[in-house]
Amino acid sequence: MHDALFWFCASIAVGGALLAMLRREPLKCALSLIASFVALAGLYFLLKSPFPAVLQILLYAGAIMVLIVFVIMFLNDESGAPGKGDISRGGLVLAVLILVPLGWILIRAIWNADLPMMPAAPEDFGTVPAMGEKLFTTWLYPFEVLSLLLLAAMAGAVLLAKKRLD
Amino acid sequence: MSALLALFLAAAGFIFWQGFGAEAAFGWMLLSAAIPWLFVLNMIPPMIWMERKGCAYIQDRVGPERAFIPGLGLRMAGLIHNLADVVKLVTKEELLPKHVNRTFYVAAPMLSMAVALLVGAVVPFCHELRFSDGFVFRAQALDLNVGLLWFLSMSSIGVYSVALAGWSSNNKYGQLGGLRASASMISYETVLGLSVATAFLVHGSTSLNDMVSGQYGTFLEVLPRWGICTMPVGFVLYMIAALAETNRSPFDLAEAESELVAGFHTEYGAFKFALFFMAEYVSIVVQSLIIVTIFLGGWQPLPWNLLHHDWLVEPANAALVLRWLLGATALGAGAFGLWCLKWHRTNRLRWKDSRKNEGIVLAMMLGFGPALAALLAVLLWGGPTSADGGVFTAAVVEFSALAGKTLFLCWVFVWIRWTVPRFRYDQLMHLAWKLLIPLGLVNLIGTAVLVKTGVI
Amino acid sequence: MANTPLKQRGIAREGGYLLEIVKGMGVTFSHLWKNIRQPENRRTVAYPEIRNPFPPRFRSVHRLTRHADGAPRCTACMCCATGCPAGCIHIVAAEYPDRPIEKYPARFDIDMLKCVECGLCVESCPCDAIRMDTGMVPMPAFTREDFIYTKERLLSHEPQVAPNGYRPRRGDL
Repeated sequence: MHDALFWFCASIAVGGALLAMLRREPLKCALSLIASFVALAGLYFLLKSPFPAVLQILLYAGAIMVLIVFVIMFLNDESGAPGKGDISRGGLVLAVLILVPLGWILIRAIWNADLPMMPAAPEDFGTVPAMGEKLFTTWLYPFEVLSLLLLAAMAGAVLLAKKRLD
Repeated sequence: MSALLALFLAAAGFIFWQGFGAEAAFGWMLLSAAIPWLFVLNMIPPMIWMERKGCAYIQDRVGPERAFIPGLGLRMAGLIHNLADVVKLVTKEELLPKHVNRTFYVAAPMLSMAVALLVGAVVPFCHELRFSDGFVFRAQALDLNVGLLWFLSMSSIGVYSVALAGWSSNNKYGQLGGLRASASMISYETVLGLSVATAFLVHGSTSLNDMVSGQYGTFLEVLPRWGICTMPVGFVLYMIAALAETNRSPFDLAEAESELVAGFHTEYGAFKFALFFMAEYVSIVVQSLIIVTIFLGGWQPLPWNLLHHDWLVEPANAALVLRWLLGATALGAGAFGLWCLKWHRTNRLRWKDSRKNEGIVLAMMLGFGPALAALLAVLLWGGPTSADGGVFTAAVVEFSALAGKTLFLCWVFVWIRWTVPRFRYDQLMHLAWKLLIPLGLVNLIGTAVLVKTGVI
Repeated sequence: MANTPLKQRGIAREGGYLLEIVKGMGVTFSHLWKNIRQPENRRTVAYPEIRNPFPPRFRSVHRLTRHADGAPRCTACMCCATGCPAGCIHIVAAEYPDRPIEKYPARFDIDMLKCVECGLCVESCPCDAIRMDTGMVPMPAFTREDFIYTKERLLSHEPQVAPNGYRPRRGDL
């Protein structure tokens, strides 16, 4: 049962991500991405950590993707979608040249990796208090740095948008 | 619906067959899955009835009152109109307009209903049932420790159904409705989250079970420790945000019929429209359930922890309460039956068909019949005597309390709709971003200070 | 005031809006309660079963009046047919062999598809033989023939009962 659920969620997650890249209509890409996110949340549930799962749906599938869908619907512009002949032959060659060694390294790394059995999760694993404690003690510094980064990105976005308006 | 009912009956039968304790665990599991859905789906007809009849009475009209069951002549003050609606919507032709995006056009109403139903899964419907053999049953489909966050995340998914319906209709009214709905839902979800965060602070938990048990006792010596007293600002914010979240008036810009025909469901008909229609009511019921659970003490029958669970499960006490309730039922139903007979005298002059007998049928069905049953139950049975019987009685009383409070809140939703005119769109956004969100933030900080200083 | 943008009015004033909503809910609830307590005060009439009488001067479907012995009062003088602006009255006159009134209508047809319900026939009748006080409205029919009201049909129409003491209700005006 557990395995079946895992494969179900995993295949949706991977398939959704692939479709998000391969589909041509922007809205369908966005929706495939949402499906992928929701499936990812399912995987988190299977890992007995409901808090990250719920946050995954709430923040990624629920909030961020809604904004993206909103913008796509608002512009409703299909002309920006790339046509078939947009990829040049040189670009293709370059992509293969970069991708093949990288992919090889990745596959080798995974193949040779020594994956230890993870110890059984503690009782309060993935609950809100446990997550909060970790976030505000052990990982406080990266957490704060990340929020600073997000703030900078937001300020930058506002600045860019403002310039366009003027 | 009938499949769910079958599930419910199967579960009940299984439990009855296997004995009420741990042997019937499988049956209990089925039951816990069926209860929220059955409750929420069964609330749809009363909700629609309440909406139609309530708005009619508010506007000095009569409202629906004609549809009847042939032979019996039952009109039930307009409740039978729901049945007629269902027959109409089911037998209508399923149109698939040529210009729509098929996949999403069909998927959107399904998504809206599915999400609306999933949300209710985390609500506890009564105190956990502790049977004498040690088996514990929770009337809650999903006992998550992040219960409330589950609710928030599912309702944030609900935006897509509206947005997709609008977009896939390929119709400018639909598109505008979808855009408006998604923008307002994003904005008001922030308000919702801020208001719910105060509840997290006050109860120190995100689980709805903890929230209910956190509302026992008194607050500031006199007030009940219900959420509405400990966080009144949060309650008001939540009510406003819930109205916006369910796309109800005064925030129903998404289907503003004076501007957008019908908004996001302009292109929908037959049962696909019915799904949207029902999903709206389901989400109202679910929002009411959540409000009751966070702010109005959940399944607690009375404030100040009067009539609390530990007292109620004692078989003697349970029998006492049950006897009082049955007695009240007998009296009320009997009075209703007498009223029906009186009403019958004027009613029979009006109708020429079987509707002229409605007064008598109603008096027997909802008046004297139940009154007699309740009376017999009091006289012959007299209430439970075993420990498990006490547990059951407590569960029934608590469930009825929850249902009553939810029904009242649903009525408040209807009441607000027929009182307040629709906002203009910019006013809607101003209200959210310039008033409610700052207020929510201040409220959050204030509540945090109060919690830290030990007032709450 | 109502047209000034929200921005200029100051968002703080919107706080008073909540109180007004509560007041408004009080108003709507008072209506609801009143209508539950006194359902007979509602203005709605359950139409097909219960009908308000038309006011006495309402021009409804015509009827031909009778003498005390049952013979039609009409003398086939053609006043109504002449005065009818729509030309919808067709009379074929005939003679009594034995009565002091010499003429009577052998046929008296009103084509209701043409009739404009102006009441000029009633005005012009010297014998009070045609009236428009039946309290009925022209009914739809499936064939053109059914719209031609014959003498027999017009004679069978009854006057509206009990317009006595009729007082228009607020809803009628």
